[in-house]
Amino acid sequence: MTIKDKAAIVGVGATPYFKRGQSFPESEFSMACTAILAALEDAGLTVNDLDGFSIYSSSCDPAAVGAELGVPEIRWATTTTSGGGGCAGALGVAAAAIDGGMATTVVTLMTLQQLNKRLGGSAVGGVLAYAMMSDSASPYGGSGVPPSAAFTANNGLLSPGHSFAQIASRHMHLYGTKREHFAEVCISTRDNAIKRPTALRTEPITLDDYFNARMINDPLCLFDYTMESDGAVAVITTSVERAKDLKQPPVTIMASAHGGSGRWGPALFRYFQTPDDEFASSGHRPVAKRIFEMAGIGPEDVDVALLYDHFSPMVIMQLEDYGFCPIGEGGPFVADGNIRYGTGSIPVNTHGGNLSEAYIIGMTHVREAVEQLRGTAVNQVEGAEIALVTGGPAGLPVSGTLLRKG
Amino acid sequence: MSTDFGELTPGVFPSILKETNADYLTQPFWDAARQDRLVAPKCSNCGTFRLPPSAYCFNCQQRGIDWVELPGTATIYSFTIVRHPLHPDLAPICPYVSGVVELDGTQGAGARMLVNIIDVDVENVKIGDRVEIVFEHVNDEMSTPRFRPVR
Repeated sequence: MTIKDKAAIVGVGATPYFKRGQSFPESEFSMACTAILAALEDAGLTVNDLDGFSIYSSSCDPAAVGAELGVPEIRWATTTTSGGGGCAGALGVAAAAIDGGMATTVVTLMTLQQLNKRLGGSAVGGVLAYAMMSDSASPYGGSGVPPSAAFTANNGLLSPGHSFAQIASRHMHLYGTKREHFAEVCISTRDNAIKRPTALRTEPITLDDYFNARMINDPLCLFDYTMESDGAVAVITTSVERAKDLKQPPVTIMASAHGGSGRWGPALFRYFQTPDDEFASSGHRPVAKRIFEMAGIGPEDVDVALLYDHFSPMVIMQLEDYGFCPIGEGGPFVADGNIRYGTGSIPVNTHGGNLSEAYIIGMTHVREAVEQLRGTAVNQVEGAEIALVTGGPAGLPVSGTLLRKG
Repeated sequence: MSTDFGELTPGVFPSILKETNADYLTQPFWDAARQDRLVAPKCSNCGTFRLPPSAYCFNCQQRGIDWVELPGTATIYSFTIVRHPLHPDLAPICPYVSGVVELDGTQGAGARMLVNIIDVDVENVKIGDRVEIVFEHVNDEMSTPRFRPVR
């Protein structure tokens, strides 16, 4: 028994997306409430229907939201551990709650305002804060200074970008992946963002632009990094039976999983004894295997892939780990035009992704998957029936969810 | 929080943490570091190394440790060249190289450390380059391990 085809996404709501800090005087909390109300309205529901929260990365406090919005009764309140890696997986947790009879109408959301806090530790003091979190699976949390911190605090690796560069460098070394390949991810994603009214970065980039961009930390340049942004996105999940009677065409959760190899978890920020082929990966392979088995389909059945893209090389590694191409061949695969909207074999991040639309820690990918399967996307993939959404790589769990139309 | 990084040297990330916060698992490492020796905990049951020291062996789930002295040489496994200072006061040290090194004398996948790699030709550093450990004695407690090209 699995959660296959038990629950469906029936509502999506979002605030506008803002450059870092520009959502003020809104707050993370107010934006969460705005997105939830919009998602309920989109579904044709009200707060009286809402009874569950399946969140990730501790995006909000269900108690506070429940009080603010007057939710009559909360029956389910969980957060998937760690950070953005739980994004797609929180939908599976919602489906499990619904299938298990624990709740009927569950919201999954992210809200983010980088006004006084900045992910990744580039603010004053954040340098130290990041360096000290080595015992935590997440770069965004951790408290106190654990004994293991002394093994990494003085090594100059301070941010997620510094960590993911290690994985990218190793992938380049093992498989011959090139910066031109990363560039294709950035350029194709930007091309998708250009038509999106919601996108924060819409100026086209060329290969020359890419190679002229400032190097942040090799092999990553400015364009390989996601952006810092504010906003909130919420989706509502309910049973497939109930979904039939609601306002929007349902988007069914075919399969969902979160987790990963136990030895990969610490690899991301501690890199000690992870096997070589796993080190140079997105960490998604175990999750990919589970969701395709659960859904009874393969990567060739996926029409559009919304891949978590905080750093461009991690898109290439996810293409490998989800089986769109063999391990180590992700670079040439993207260079051949396979991820382009309109012409590629598997359009990727048709909304502009974290790299060019906005970084709301993965929830924009869920929103895009729903729009694609409703047939309302700006860059609509013709005949899209099945979408893949992923969360992470980050500290475990990473996650993946397969959604289908109807 | 302090942003005083002290005296800065190009390519060298400063020792921002000056306390080891050691416990019984990590103290032997810092005791040896003070004497310019690199030691690593090896599982007394199955021989697997683990760094940083951890209570349980990930391979056999036993707790016993034998501390083994390693030669202090290593191979660069991966790295990044940090060109953009994450704090403006760190601009004088950029670019610097930090990465993962695999320690000689460890088995299998190798016991790795994440370190600042100093005294390197930044534009020509490669995975596979040979490096050796050098400790900065910050105070009586902390000795920061860095690696430099084998001389």
